[in-house]
Amino acid sequence: MSTGTQDIIDLLAGIEPGSGLDGIRGRRLQARENAQRSYLALFEPVDFDDFAAAERHAVAAFVAGIHDEPNAAGFYLAKLATTVDRPEFIESLKAEIERGKTSGPYGAFPAGPLSVEDTSGPIYRVAGDRKPILGVRLAAALEHAHLLVFRPRDTASADLQALLDAGWPTTAIVTLSQLVAFLSFQIRAVAGLRTLGASLDVSPGRQADEAAKVSQGARVS
Amino acid sequence: MSDSIVVQGSANQPVVFTQDELGWLPWLDPLPEAELTERHWAGLVDRARAKSDYFRLLVRDPEVLEARTKTDKDIFYNVADGLPRAERELAAAATSRYNGCIYCASVHSRFATVHSKRRDDVQRLLDEGVSADLGARWNAIVRASVALASTPIAFGRENIEELRRVGLDDAEIIDVINGAAFFNWANRLMLSLGEPTSKVGA
Repeated sequence: MSTGTQDIIDLLAGIEPGSGLDGIRGRRLQARENAQRSYLALFEPVDFDDFAAAERHAVAAFVAGIHDEPNAAGFYLAKLATTVDRPEFIESLKAEIERGKTSGPYGAFPAGPLSVEDTSGPIYRVAGDRKPILGVRLAAALEHAHLLVFRPRDTASADLQALLDAGWPTTAIVTLSQLVAFLSFQIRAVAGLRTLGASLDVSPGRQADEAAKVSQGARVS
Repeated sequence: MSDSIVVQGSANQPVVFTQDELGWLPWLDPLPEAELTERHWAGLVDRARAKSDYFRLLVRDPEVLEARTKTDKDIFYNVADGLPRAERELAAAATSRYNGCIYCASVHSRFATVHSKRRDDVQRLLDEGVSADLGARWNAIVRASVALASTPIAFGRENIEELRRVGLDDAEIIDVINGAAFFNWANRLMLSLGEPTSKVGA
């Protein structure tokens, strides 16, 4: 089940080895390799500690789902299916993804001149009848994930207290925060690269031009 | 036991976007410097980062921090080719302005000013927001960053075409995508794990 050798951003963005986009992406090799290492550190860590694989996959599927990015959502739901086999859990999570979809970013600034830019929007809470199925701990994580995705500027220390109260220790909160924040990056890198890839002129002249630039780039670096 | 909230007095909280240097206070306990192991030092990448509460909090998960830091450095500091540093910083500042991260915006607007020498334009982005008119090239970068930061993601073909029209090639467009996408990561950590503070006398 390991995806250790497969670059997830390339996979989700549809970047083929040897393509023009593959070559240009290769000019930021450290960024490419470390985006992948971030993924591995979050989803295939040496030690899952207080944040189980199934919880990581469930939060990831939720985050990708509420971004309304089908490729990423499908990918993380498939990962979840490798760690959770209770249909009512999966169905509840999918229902919560639909409930959680909205448009962001919104939220409030510290009171002052920026208050005129405050934008209100839904404050997401897991449906009461699904909490027993998803669990109190995961429900708290999903609510926090929704906060970070759609209204990060609203976050207050009370939101971290809610996680502590639901049984998340400090170090696991750091990893949870990294997971949601990383996915906010990964999903956007994928969307941007896929859009760029779709726009590329595939005429031979242009490809040769790009290939020349890439080899030039390789020589100077 | 460190599983409790560190309550910060909010008396010095900045209420506007600024290029001034700000501080940042964590809501959870950073690891004490004396407790850092070799695994943590590797996660910090630069040993000097052990002086920062932010990095000593993130180093609780050292492998993720290490990979994140190296991703960050290549996207912003690898200037052997691609987009000028100033415009990568502009993408970071615009994303931070739009998401509402006063701390991140302060750091990266300062960097954008240092590398572009366009302090007034950078300040206009902070004061007026992401619709400020900064000239065609910067407007295209800001618009692309904002479209990418929106959820659902609003980045589309028209953003690519606008970036090409103002002179960016495909490699430079990737630098915009990477820089803007990365700050959706950074903003969420800074905004959700602590709060900015005005430096007294700054």
